[in-house]
Amino acid sequence: MSVLIFVDIAEGQVKKVSLEALSYGAKLAEQLGTSAEGVVLGTPKEDLAALGKYGVSKIHHVSNPALDHLDAQLYTKVIAEVAGSTGATVIVFPNNMDGKSIAPRLSARLKAGLISGAVALPDTSNGFIVKKNVFSGKAFANISITTPVKIIALNPNAYPVRTGEGTATVAAFEAKVDSPRVKVISSTKASGEVPLTEAEVVVSAGRGLKGPENWGMVEELAKVLHAATACSRPVADAHWRPHNEHVGQTGIAIAPNLYIAIGISGAIQHLAGVNRSKVIVVINKDPEAPFFKAADYGIVGDAFDVVPKLTEAIRKIKA
Amino acid sequence: MKILVCISKTPDTTAKIAFTDNNTKFDTSGVQWIINPYDEWYALVRAIELKEKDASTIVHLVTVGGADAEPIIRKALALGGDEAFRVNADSHDSFYIASQIASIAKEGAYDLVFTGKETIDYNGSSIGGMVAELLDFPYISLASKFELNGTKATITREIEGGEETAEVDLPVVVSAAKGMAEQRIPNMRGIMAARTKPLKVSEPVAVEALTSVTSFGLPPAKAGVKLVPADNVDELVRLLHEEAKAL
Ligand SMILES: Cc1cc2nc3c(=O)[nH]c(=O)nc-3n(C[C@H](O)[C@H](O)[C@H](O)COP(=O)(O)OP(=O)(O)OC[C@H]3O[C@@H](n4cnc5c(N)ncnc54)[C@H](O)[C@@H]3O)c2cc1C
Ligand SMILES: Nc1ncnc2c1ncn2[C@@H]1O[C@H](COP(=O)(O)O)[C@@H](O)[C@H]1O
Repeated sequence: MSVLIFVDIAEGQVKKVSLEALSYGAKLAEQLGTSAEGVVLGTPKEDLAALGKYGVSKIHHVSNPALDHLDAQLYTKVIAEVAGSTGATVIVFPNNMDGKSIAPRLSARLKAGLISGAVALPDTSNGFIVKKNVFSGKAFANISITTPVKIIALNPNAYPVRTGEGTATVAAFEAKVDSPRVKVISSTKASGEVPLTEAEVVVSAGRGLKGPENWGMVEELAKVLHAATACSRPVADAHWRPHNEHVGQTGIAIAPNLYIAIGISGAIQHLAGVNRSKVIVVINKDPEAPFFKAADYGIVGDAFDVVPKLTEAIRKIKA
Repeated sequence: MKILVCISKTPDTTAKIAFTDNNTKFDTSGVQWIINPYDEWYALVRAIELKEKDASTIVHLVTVGGADAEPIIRKALALGGDEAFRVNADSHDSFYIASQIASIAKEGAYDLVFTGKETIDYNGSSIGGMVAELLDFPYISLASKFELNGTKATITREIEGGEETAEVDLPVVVSAAKGMAEQRIPNMRGIMAARTKPLKVSEPVAVEALTSVTSFGLPPAKAGVKLVPADNVDELVRLLHEEAKAL
């Protein structure tokens, strides 16, 4: 019995969502009175022993160039092998893009119940019940996993990263790795930008900004806050902004610590993707905009006037 | 070329979310049902586009649900698609649903299985991956582009802060996200044609569910907005810093 955590890496770097998953898995292991171990696939460029400070005692590392890109089928087989040989009874994934590809496959392979989008530690007082978001963040469900092996995919920004002392032993794991059926031919990464799903602060703007030429002030504000940028659906549909910035029911769902909405009316479909943000600030010239009902702080005013001033004020306190 | 598109029924995006039976059941009273937007706008439309390009392509639809899912599957047929299957079962367990879909998919020997990125009610993003594992097919999730060249597919998927493009030989399971296609409205001809398209109902294969819902809940309501005058952004920054600890 142990808790196994999948540590997702990108270009050799451990993702923040993986640190959250490690912290969560370590806490869960403590709760269950067992140990937490991690599994890393591919070619990390970081010192894996240092992951011990998130609470894992051991890292299983499967090194093989075929694992440098995600092929969910290969990853699943390898993780299943590691889980089998370590006797893992709970397997934790970050519920990010990669986690969403692998965790369901592993669930079907091992016939292990999966909760994807978990937002809290399981209640293990009577069974194994995990809280997850449903109805696009408008509600939650408590779901019981009834199988001996359990899989949890933890939502980004749902569990804080805990750092302590400790180093992990790193063990090379020899796994049989087939040749990949998915051949990655290119990838584009917006360099220097904060990925939206991992961002702690998100600055988002809507149709109130009138046109793509007015996004400079949004980017400025995002820059001083070290924030990611997002937008409402009509903005992405009109190609004012790239579609991967579209948040909401039909775009990406996010849960940053701070969400600043500028010139967005706050339609229910928009709120569905952002209502789990811890603090919401709304800037809108219409005091009747529905978004104010879902906000913690608000300014009724013209974005073109308020946003540059806000950027300056934040720059001052950050200095 | 045979494509299977997985269609699910979800509450309308503006539906009021409430629960009954001691918070164990979704309150369906007054709820309008729609095709899950990812299934309709992206998975289904992309499949129809592939058929429009190559007339020998066959598009089948599958839904796992009770008789009340039939208006939804008829609407999907009106958008396109040649015939539909309904597996007569009501379940919220992803593995149970995936096993039903996999069973239909095996029987029909499809080259391509499309699902939506996620259902907007259960938000599992799980069924596509499970179907792929059960069929032993490769799986590309959150695809924003899908191109076909003979039996080779070129698929772009979202990754954190970017995109990744990969090639894979058919068969494959793909979950469709924004970017795949544009929403369409069914026309009169499609609606008329859908009435007579085959909709085959079958009984579920026996599988154990791996999870069960014990209760639902609503998040605590917000305390109410604190408004700051537009000429005093310093006050907003102070509140965010000192009170909300968000800066
Ligand atoms: C099935 C379905 C799914 C959908 N999914 C999504 C989704 O995922 N995400 C999403 O965002 N939408 C989604 N929508 C669309 C949604 O219903 C709204 O139409 C959309 O969110 C509106 O975008 P907006 O707020 O940018 O624009 P608008 O509604 O046009 O609002 C613009 C706002 O800007 C304000 N404004 C104007 N000028 C200024 C100024 N100078 N300064 C400050 N404020 C100003 C206005 O007061 C107004 O409140 C969906 C709709 C449907 C039917
Ligand atoms: N009951 C169902 N019948 C057919 N397909 C489904 C069903 N539920 C989900 N799907 C498909 O699986 C996708 C992902 O669903 P989920 O894993 O529940 O988020 C959906 O977008 C649908 O394409």
